[in-house]
Amino acid sequence: MIRAWMIASGSTFEPPTVHEFFPPAALFADSAFRMTRINLIGLFMTLVVIVFFSLAFRKPQFVPRGLQNAGEVALNFVKNNVVTEVLGDKGEPYTAYLTTLFFMVLAFNITGFVPGLQIAGTSVIAIPMLLALVSWVVFNVSGIRHHGLGHYLKENLFPAGVPKPIYLLVTPIEFISTFLLRPVTLTVRLLANMMSGHLLLVLFFSATSYLLFDAAGFLKIFGLASYAMGFAFTLFEVLVAFLQAYIFALLTAVYIDGATSAH
Amino acid sequence: MVLSTLVIAAEQQPSILLPAVADLIWGTLSFLILLFFFSKFVLPQARKLAAERAEKIEGGFRRAEASQAEAKELLHQYQLALAEARTEAANIRNAAQAERSQIVAEARDEAVAAATEIAQRAHAQIAAEQAQVVVGLQREVGKLAVELAGKIVGEVLSDDARARATVDRFIADLEQVAAEAGR
Repeated sequence: MIRAWMIASGSTFEPPTVHEFFPPAALFADSAFRMTRINLIGLFMTLVVIVFFSLAFRKPQFVPRGLQNAGEVALNFVKNNVVTEVLGDKGEPYTAYLTTLFFMVLAFNITGFVPGLQIAGTSVIAIPMLLALVSWVVFNVSGIRHHGLGHYLKENLFPAGVPKPIYLLVTPIEFISTFLLRPVTLTVRLLANMMSGHLLLVLFFSATSYLLFDAAGFLKIFGLASYAMGFAFTLFEVLVAFLQAYIFALLTAVYIDGATSAH
Repeated sequence: MVLSTLVIAAEQQPSILLPAVADLIWGTLSFLILLFFFSKFVLPQARKLAAERAEKIEGGFRRAEASQAEAKELLHQYQLALAEARTEAANIRNAAQAERSQIVAEARDEAVAAATEIAQRAHAQIAAEQAQVVVGLQREVGKLAVELAGKIVGEVLSDDARARATVDRFIADLEQVAAEAGR
């Protein structure tokens, strides 16, 4: 029925596809440094983070004002809600990594709804995967440093208090969940959130455009509904961008805590 | 035909699960820059600031405690000085009182002594005068008696040893009579 209307209206609606995430090269095409719009957005946001914190902490005052206030609130959020909350006093050496992780993911996420950029830097798998792998290395290295390699593997693969035959079942599960699935879930959780968010926004706004300008008659009303949904999901994406950055940093902290605490 | 469409689709749709090398390179670059930036600039600044604040707040507490202790010490010293002053005043008062009593006693003794002396002198004088009067009277009475007797007897009895003895005896009798009368 709707298909008939669409065909009748002359132009066809094209829903967004994964091609959204594979834009053409913008710079250095045909080289290893082939740069797309998404890479440019990533570098731009890196610069934004640097400029923001440089201005905030350029001349730190005893009583913070303006940008310094915002910068301190941002840093304290990670320090209190991720580092201290999960790791307590032993969190100090991981503060730099967890802070970098949080602000990089956040900065790359929020471009998903920034007008003119409109795609998250984290919506290509390379970025979540890269960070998940770094997190994997960090929590394993901190665990090995804390327990020694043998003891660390024993803690994780042969948990105490389990009858010996059950290890046949438990050990492979623990191996897969701790050493294989953790980086995979970190990667996929962030990637899927950012991709689906982008697809939803494109879908709603392109549908709005199509319904309002190309569809016939009463279908224009659905254009307004589609616009409202797009607006609502834009707000939702703001939440998701923040939440996913927080979850990524928080889970990394939890993994580090699990690796470095004795059971 | 279906197969060729799938192949074309596969060629046109790169996998969303395979990272592009260039994406990894640029992502790593961003990550390293941010890690360096946060660990070498932002966090040390924030840490320094936090330490400064803690120092200032704790320093404030320490200063307040120090001045409180100083005030307490001063109060203690003041109280000590006050107590000392009070004791001293009491001592002075006691000493003054003692001195006053002594002075009063001395003055009284002196006055009593002076009064006694004056009284004694007066007594002595009175006694002396009395004796003088008695002697004078004796002589006068003797003379009168002799004169009287002379006139009665008609002879001069003065300068006569006998007469003198008579007079003396007479006076002695008189004295005896007076004494017996006085008794």
